[in-house]
Amino acid sequence: MLKSELNTVLTGEILDEGREITLVELCRTCSVQAETIEALVEYGILEPSGRHGSHWHFQATSIRRARTALRLRQHLGVNLAGAALALELMERIEGLEQRLRIAGSQGY
Amino acid sequence: MRLSDSGFANGFSMEFKDYYQVIGVERDATQDDIKRAYRKLARKYHPDVSKEPDAEEHFKALGEAYEVLKDPEKRAAYDRLGADWKAGQQDFRPPPDWNEDFGFTGGGYTDADTADHSAFFEELFGRARHAQGQAGGQQHRTFRMRGEDHHAKVLIDLEDSYTGATRTLTLRMPELTPDGQVVARDHTLNVRIPKGIRPGQQIRLAGQGSPGIGGGEAGDLYLEVALNVHSLYRVDGVDVYLNLPVAPWEAALGASVPVPTPAGAVTLNIPANSGQGRKLRLKGRGLPAKTPGDLYVVLQVVLPPADTEAATALYQQMRDQLGFDPRANLGGV
Repeated sequence: MLKSELNTVLTGEILDEGREITLVELCRTCSVQAETIEALVEYGILEPSGRHGSHWHFQATSIRRARTALRLRQHLGVNLAGAALALELMERIEGLEQRLRIAGSQGY
Repeated sequence: MRLSDSGFANGFSMEFKDYYQVIGVERDATQDDIKRAYRKLARKYHPDVSKEPDAEEHFKALGEAYEVLKDPEKRAAYDRLGADWKAGQQDFRPPPDWNEDFGFTGGGYTDADTADHSAFFEELFGRARHAQGQAGGQQHRTFRMRGEDHHAKVLIDLEDSYTGATRTLTLRMPELTPDGQVVARDHTLNVRIPKGIRPGQQIRLAGQGSPGIGGGEAGDLYLEVALNVHSLYRVDGVDVYLNLPVAPWEAALGASVPVPTPAGAVTLNIPANSGQGRKLRLKGRGLPAKTPGDLYVVLQVVLPPADTEAATALYQQMRDQLGFDPRANLGGV
């Protein structure tokens, strides 16, 4: 490792809720063809805005949803309907766990 | 493809992996038993759904074991190593010609995650793939291709989001060598964690993914931000919650008390007649953002124990003089 490499601090771009990405960017980062993304949209896993195809824009949070759905399909053999259901249930669990954390267990 | 050279000439020894133990089946299990056991464990340890500690390590080990045991040819070759080896035994060295009668075609790889497989797997089954990779590598050089994007998680403390920070990350990334082999290489990066970052958000570092092929552009690195669990604070979106213990007289009479916040201590006025669980909002003291979040202080009334004569006398005095019925709303039982 070069010393100069160690001293360099990289500054990235924050992909927050307001930031949208294009179909091309999403395909690239999920390593899939556009048809796969179209299928994810068909099953309601992703909800793009804009006209169909190259005009589609996705919320940055789509990256995580798409990659999770594709991993579940690849590793567990579920189809996209099953992956969509799993994602919804996982989000519900996350929400409930979040409420539990906020309610807190200490102090009683 | 037939492997003609089967001499493990490099003389390395490594840890033996008991693939049957990993999948949890006997050595004489049927292919169906193996498939069932694998599927069940894959659901249990899948990193996206699992709450198990070390789920990811488990899942990788499972994938490697299944890669071998689901393929009757690879399984037979593996079985030939004998049952004498125990998991974790360090001085494993495959016998010469152990795979003489088997031609691994290299076509049986399900995932692209083989870079994560152990040295043991690589030594036994990796060669066919390397030979293939070499052939593929020749073709690659004739066209330009953008490097792959990579994804990783970065854990930060809540305070890092308030002030910004720098994190040093070491990422294991698959890399294509000039002769077409895929090797895992450690890659160290210093990354600025910007002020106001929230869990679930991603940081995109342009050009920090895989290098491009044939002069193509490098891929990007996506870092997903997650927060370490904090002993005091909990985060909900941009809002932060803190439980604040108070004495009964502080809640009843009102008080000015010091309160920690992720950005430093402040003094909080507790209004008189506050009850258990009352939420007091410190506007703008949540996570920094265009519209900063709020910090909610939740009062937790703590009772002093009646463990001295003086304390007991005070409780008795309250009982006799307050005429307080905490169960007034239970329907007069």
